[in-house]
Amino acid sequence: MERLDLIWQSLPLLWEGARVTVTLTICLLGVGLLLGVPVALGQVYGPRPLVILISGYERFFRAMPILVLLMVFFYGLAFLGVSLPAFGTAVLVFGLHSSAYQSQIFRGAIQAIKEGQLLAARALGMSRLQAIRYIVLPQALRLALPAWSNEYSGVLKDTSFVFAIGVTELTRQGWQIMQRTREVFLIFIAVALIYLVLTYLGTWLLELLERRFGIPGLAGQRREEHGRVV
Amino acid sequence: MSSKIVVRVEDLHKRYGNEEVLKGVSFILRQGEALAIIGPSGTGKSTLLRCINRLTEPDSGRIWLEDTEITGAKTDMNKIRQQIGFVFQDFNLFAHLTALDNVRLGLMKVKKLSKGEASERAMTELKRVGLAEKAKAYPAQLSGGQQQRVSIARALAMDPKLMLFDEPTSALDPELIGEVLQVMKALAGEGMTMVVVTHEMGFARSVCDEVIFMEQGVIVEQGPPEHIFLQPRQPRTQQFLGKIGELYGGTGS
Amino acid sequence: MNPLAPFCQTLEEGSFVRLVCDISPRLLQGTATTFQLTVLAIALGLVGGLLLALGRVYGKKPIYWLSTAYVQFVRGTPVLVQLFLIYYGLPAFEIRLDPLTAAIIGLGLNSAAYQAEYFRGAIQSIGRGQMLAARAVGLTNVQAIGYVILPQALRMVIPPWSNELIYTLKYSSVAFIIGTPELMATGQIIASSLRGPGAFRHFEVFLIVAFIYLVCVLVISKLLDLLEQRVKIPGLEMQRA
Repeated sequence: MERLDLIWQSLPLLWEGARVTVTLTICLLGVGLLLGVPVALGQVYGPRPLVILISGYERFFRAMPILVLLMVFFYGLAFLGVSLPAFGTAVLVFGLHSSAYQSQIFRGAIQAIKEGQLLAARALGMSRLQAIRYIVLPQALRLALPAWSNEYSGVLKDTSFVFAIGVTELTRQGWQIMQRTREVFLIFIAVALIYLVLTYLGTWLLELLERRFGIPGLAGQRREEHGRVV
Repeated sequence: MSSKIVVRVEDLHKRYGNEEVLKGVSFILRQGEALAIIGPSGTGKSTLLRCINRLTEPDSGRIWLEDTEITGAKTDMNKIRQQIGFVFQDFNLFAHLTALDNVRLGLMKVKKLSKGEASERAMTELKRVGLAEKAKAYPAQLSGGQQQRVSIARALAMDPKLMLFDEPTSALDPELIGEVLQVMKALAGEGMTMVVVTHEMGFARSVCDEVIFMEQGVIVEQGPPEHIFLQPRQPRTQQFLGKIGELYGGTGS
Repeated sequence: MNPLAPFCQTLEEGSFVRLVCDISPRLLQGTATTFQLTVLAIALGLVGGLLLALGRVYGKKPIYWLSTAYVQFVRGTPVLVQLFLIYYGLPAFEIRLDPLTAAIIGLGLNSAAYQAEYFRGAIQSIGRGQMLAARAVGLTNVQAIGYVILPQALRMVIPPWSNELIYTLKYSSVAFIIGTPELMATGQIIASSLRGPGAFRHFEVFLIVAFIYLVCVLVISKLLDLLEQRVKIPGLEMQRA
């Protein structure tokens, strides 16, 4: 009972940690989205040199362990004399990393749209940019949503790695409580359960979004069968 | 017609949920006979066939293969199935194995033949269906007709006492049907005991010794092909054959 | 300790090349540990994943429930939390593991849940007709799974499995947080131990570490591509995600 009491007393701290985790996740997904869509468009519609450049970017960030990137940027920014709080560094690094993965998702979605869609738009007299803006993207974003929801659950868990640069999110809160109280199992089971709730809650919200904006015949493929976001 | 009985089916019943697909089916089949089962789709023909080697469990009724009761609770079905060749509508060749390995697998793992013996036997069967030169091909590299012939070879290799064909040509393009029917015809000519569920009336009429017309889970009429096709007694049989005739311009004479 | 030491002495003190020369032998030791960790974890994950997948596809109620709950729990929580549970949590039950063993078990148990899903997906994508045909030939249930279902499923699973191998290699870096002496940790230790004019070189050390990871990942990807080509069977291709 005493131990359950401990969990009860730790809840405010864990709640605080969960808030940081969620904020970080939302921010990094935002950065990843803002970078990922143009990267995908560039890869599909861009001129050859741009395609090569972008593919290199994508390849690099996907090949790198996120933890290594974190350390390189953490010390690299200091080396260059840029002072950014650890949280900002985390958003930047995770955002870049996620943009590479998100660009893959969006590229797949764009390429899944039949060639005729673009042709029909051009036939109406739309410019290439208009066609992309009004025809391709509205379809591609819908197609991408299920895979994007996978990306959410993937990065949510990965945010725990910012432990290494000292951002006090959910996992680090749990670790600090553990240091103080010497209670390991209950604390980390509680932490794990909060992650589980966040994972399923977020996925559920994204599913609502999917249904809200759903159009018959434009459902994306869920890639859960293949486990990790790739 | 005094040769020995290979299959005896007695009062077979099977229901899926509320729908009774077999409502008491009985027949016997003697050695060397080829039996065609015809009738509209969804009337239990395939279910009947699958019950015979218990890929589908019948609810009640009894089935014998020669002197062994297939429906017995203690029957070793893996032993029985070795003696019954089954050819599926959609071939079901093992997708990861070459034609040769498809035929060889049962010989090696079930009959426990050595690799050499199994290969020799498998090649004989592939030759028999005219596909010796495709031994090394994977299923995806074969046409539908070729795949079906390999699947017939796979079944024959086990030395079955009985062959069951479940609409073997229904999944094939029209131009590929002939090669499969040819193989089956030769088989019947060699005296193989077989049951064929089919929509190929011409085949049923010219190759089979006996025809069963089934509808809604019961045998409506049974007899030699000349009776069923030329002088059907039941009005439902007449109707069915009439419709087929309209579609294909004659009953395949 | 550094076999290159005599050569390194000739390089300019404090320069980047000197740093590379000084620390790369130790970093390569760390890389070896990273590989050891990755290979053992992926092997543990392979065995566990296969059992979990069979449990989820063919298992009876309690087995199905247990394996499903395991997979959902592991996939819904961060690997770092799982590592903490094993490394800091198990001593409460008198099980004390060194950091490397804890990391192998933690990453292996984590990977098992993901691999289970690849295997399950592959097994379920194989048509029911294959099982029927196998039974019709006279194979038993277990023989059918062994000779017909799994050989196909394992081939189909190679592309996602390749991804999993690369993932595990990358994710093995978290082991550094519990003090496993792999590549990341070695970099950290070296960077903190540099003294004199060569001190405070964290950024450069981690750049070298990053470069090693990049080379490893790209080379292994290439090797896996070649492997895929070799074991390919017509009609059984599966796109690499």
